[in-house]
Amino acid sequence: MPILETKDLTYTYSIGSPFEKTAVDHMNLQIEEGEFVGIIGHTGSGKSTLMQMMNGLLKPTSGQVLLDGQDIWDKKADRRQVRFRVGLVFQYPEYQLFEQTVYEDIAFGPKNMGLDEKEIDRRVRETAEAVGLREELLQQAPYALSGGQKRRVAIAGVMAMEPNVLILDEPTAGLDPKGRVKILTQLQQYHKRTGCTILLVSHSMEDVARYASKLLVLCQAKAVCYDTPANVFAQSQQLEEMGLDLPQITRVFHKLRERGIAFPEEVYTVKFGAELLKARLEGRDSAC
Amino acid sequence: MLSDITLGQYFPIESVVHRMDARFKIIITMLFLVMLFWGQRWTTLLVGLFFTVLATLCSKIPFKMIWKSIKPLLPILLFTTILNLLMIDGGDVYWQWKFLKITEEGVITSAFMVSRICLLIAGTSLLTYTTSPIVLTDAIEALLSPLKKLKMPVHELAMMMTIALRFIPTLIEETNKIIAAQKARGADLESGSLKQRIKALVPILIPLFVSAFRRATDLALAMECRCYHGGEGRTRLRQLQSGMRDYIALAITLLLFAVVIAANALL
Amino acid sequence: MDSLISVQDVRFSYTTDDGGEQEVLQGISLEICRGEMIAVLGHNGSGKSTLAKLLNAVLLPNAGQVVVDGIPTTDDDRLLALRQKVGMVFQNPDNQIIATIVEEDVAFGLENMGVDPVEMRERVDEALKAVKMYAYRRHAPHQLSGGQKQRIAIAGIIAMRPDCIVLDEPTAMLDPQGRKEVMKTIKRLNRDYGITIVLITHEMEEAAQCERVVVIDHGTIKLDDTPAHVFSHVQEMKALGLDVPQVTELADMLRQAGYDLPCDLITEDACVDAIERLLRGGTANADS
Repeated sequence: MPILETKDLTYTYSIGSPFEKTAVDHMNLQIEEGEFVGIIGHTGSGKSTLMQMMNGLLKPTSGQVLLDGQDIWDKKADRRQVRFRVGLVFQYPEYQLFEQTVYEDIAFGPKNMGLDEKEIDRRVRETAEAVGLREELLQQAPYALSGGQKRRVAIAGVMAMEPNVLILDEPTAGLDPKGRVKILTQLQQYHKRTGCTILLVSHSMEDVARYASKLLVLCQAKAVCYDTPANVFAQSQQLEEMGLDLPQITRVFHKLRERGIAFPEEVYTVKFGAELLKARLEGRDSAC
Repeated sequence: MLSDITLGQYFPIESVVHRMDARFKIIITMLFLVMLFWGQRWTTLLVGLFFTVLATLCSKIPFKMIWKSIKPLLPILLFTTILNLLMIDGGDVYWQWKFLKITEEGVITSAFMVSRICLLIAGTSLLTYTTSPIVLTDAIEALLSPLKKLKMPVHELAMMMTIALRFIPTLIEETNKIIAAQKARGADLESGSLKQRIKALVPILIPLFVSAFRRATDLALAMECRCYHGGEGRTRLRQLQSGMRDYIALAITLLLFAVVIAANALL
Repeated sequence: MDSLISVQDVRFSYTTDDGGEQEVLQGISLEICRGEMIAVLGHNGSGKSTLAKLLNAVLLPNAGQVVVDGIPTTDDDRLLALRQKVGMVFQNPDNQIIATIVEEDVAFGLENMGVDPVEMRERVDEALKAVKMYAYRRHAPHQLSGGQKQRIAIAGIIAMRPDCIVLDEPTAMLDPQGRKEVMKTIKRLNRDYGITIVLITHEMEEAAQCERVVVIDHGTIKLDDTPAHVFSHVQEMKALGLDVPQVTELADMLRQAGYDLPCDLITEDACVDAIERLLRGGTANADS
């Protein structure tokens, strides 16, 4: 059974007004436990709305969100519990920090869950370590930290609720390359260690290509495809038609194919591309 | 829609009143208010009603919009009516119960008061329906500019007003985002005692203030970089222009005012 | 070429919270010529934003001096003239728009300069057309996308007829669409209007579109050259926490495996050509 499933999920803003707009249009998704899903799509493709429906912050206009097979808007369901199980990190989450110390801020979620001191302490320390925050930073005021550190504190604050599903909306927005890699590798390690399901929204094809096990492509309120990165990038032409930027490396191999040099379509990392070329040049494969 | 908030009550259509110079509209509204309170006779209300209907017709604002602005104040109107009915003593007694009684004077006075307040609201809302807040700010700045000589910070106040109008939608959007983010961390905003609910606002208010201050710092820097140095020597893109229609409107208002004064003195 | 901004051995320190001094710029010298399009590339905290703020006297150097078109930034009497010559666009599109209507915001700088209303109207329209936002002149800023807001901010600067625009990470908070819009606008202004552009960024894709890239790290200039030459230092750039284009990285990997590829590949087409030549030239392995 998938951990998260949507059935004909639809959300329409300002129904009945001239501004009526369907942000999510009959989406049917099945996300298996333990996946690392990259979500790509334009601004306005419905990403944020979908995410907020997945943890019960927004009520669907129609359709269902099933968490472990349970409809989260069922009469018996407790939405607050749903939010603890489906953790959501918003864009620029550092702007939501409010406590006096980093420690207190990370502890906010676990405290709301009603956990005891000892458990809270364990979670705060574990997640702080997971996002690479040194012990001595825990007693500092959040505002004294650097931008990248604040971002990681905010992410730790959601991780500390130990959700089964962790959704992040562009966790690397505005960071420099070093800061981006740091957060993404920490997420990857966290994913490996806890086995939780991660949904990562990103504008960077390069990033999702490198880290995700599945890609979900959204376009104009619809889920266009949900597949492995290799299969998604194999349809690079459709992606380009949707106006999505392919990784540069994918475009290079695309052009080589156009010039009549046979290469597989799904080249999306530099490393894989270099290996392919080396094999070809050494004559290890004979397709040339 | 968020845009409703920045526009205030502005009702964007084309009409002669919309095109009028905002400075004149403010002066005329002022005159209208003074007139309503000056006149103590029924003629005042008749003249006031005539003025309001004429202005509403000219502005093409639907009458139901005027009603819409009076509606929220109905409880207050009702309260004043009851107070006036019961407090004012004089003339025939229509109804009595122990020390409470309703008299002829009471009925007349309360009807007069209610009509006057309704006209007052109708007149002022016509000003805000036909003038956008930003133009209103400009006009107030222009009208108050003589006070600059008395070292009153007129330009600064107008600038503050403009910036407030600019940032209201941004901050509302931000508040919604912060609320959603804290809810996602299990913040409970809907239940608990009053004290608990107030405490639950802390995780929302602190980030909101921090962000507002950050925006203020950024904005100040951006303004400085665009050569802002206060109101001195400043010119404006939008020029307030008065024309024939403004003078005609003013003349009509003054004429009506004269009628009220005459009626007060003669009747 | 005619020098417009001259940065001469500039040092700058901030006072930290605990009263200590942190030197952000440690002796920087830089000549920026009229009509140049130059990128200042560095990771967060490298001192690049401080450098930007020194160019139009938002900050003043502790040692050395910055001279703009003959005016030292320390000249208080000519401060407004200097700020008119060097305009500045910031990262957050929301926090630099002052007025509630687009055209009035564009006019803001001109109003401060005391420009005559008739001329002002012409210059505002012209500036809005230059950034292709004329159709939006009566809109409220909050109805626009991030990329559009940044173009409005740019129009507000152009209307002041500056010699140079300094843009401090103007795309960091934008989606890919907005980034493209802004970059296209900047390039057009440089090409068609001859406005000198100083683009502060940590995105290598953007730096690659400039004529000259200055790499800054720990308050000193590490590299100052054409993009092709700068990015050919693949290992050094990575050590500085910066990215290089994927094609440059690919070429570098192949070169390390002993294949003969030029080291200054930064565009897709050049890379595709080089690889095609390599492949068509037989399986010539440099080892053999």
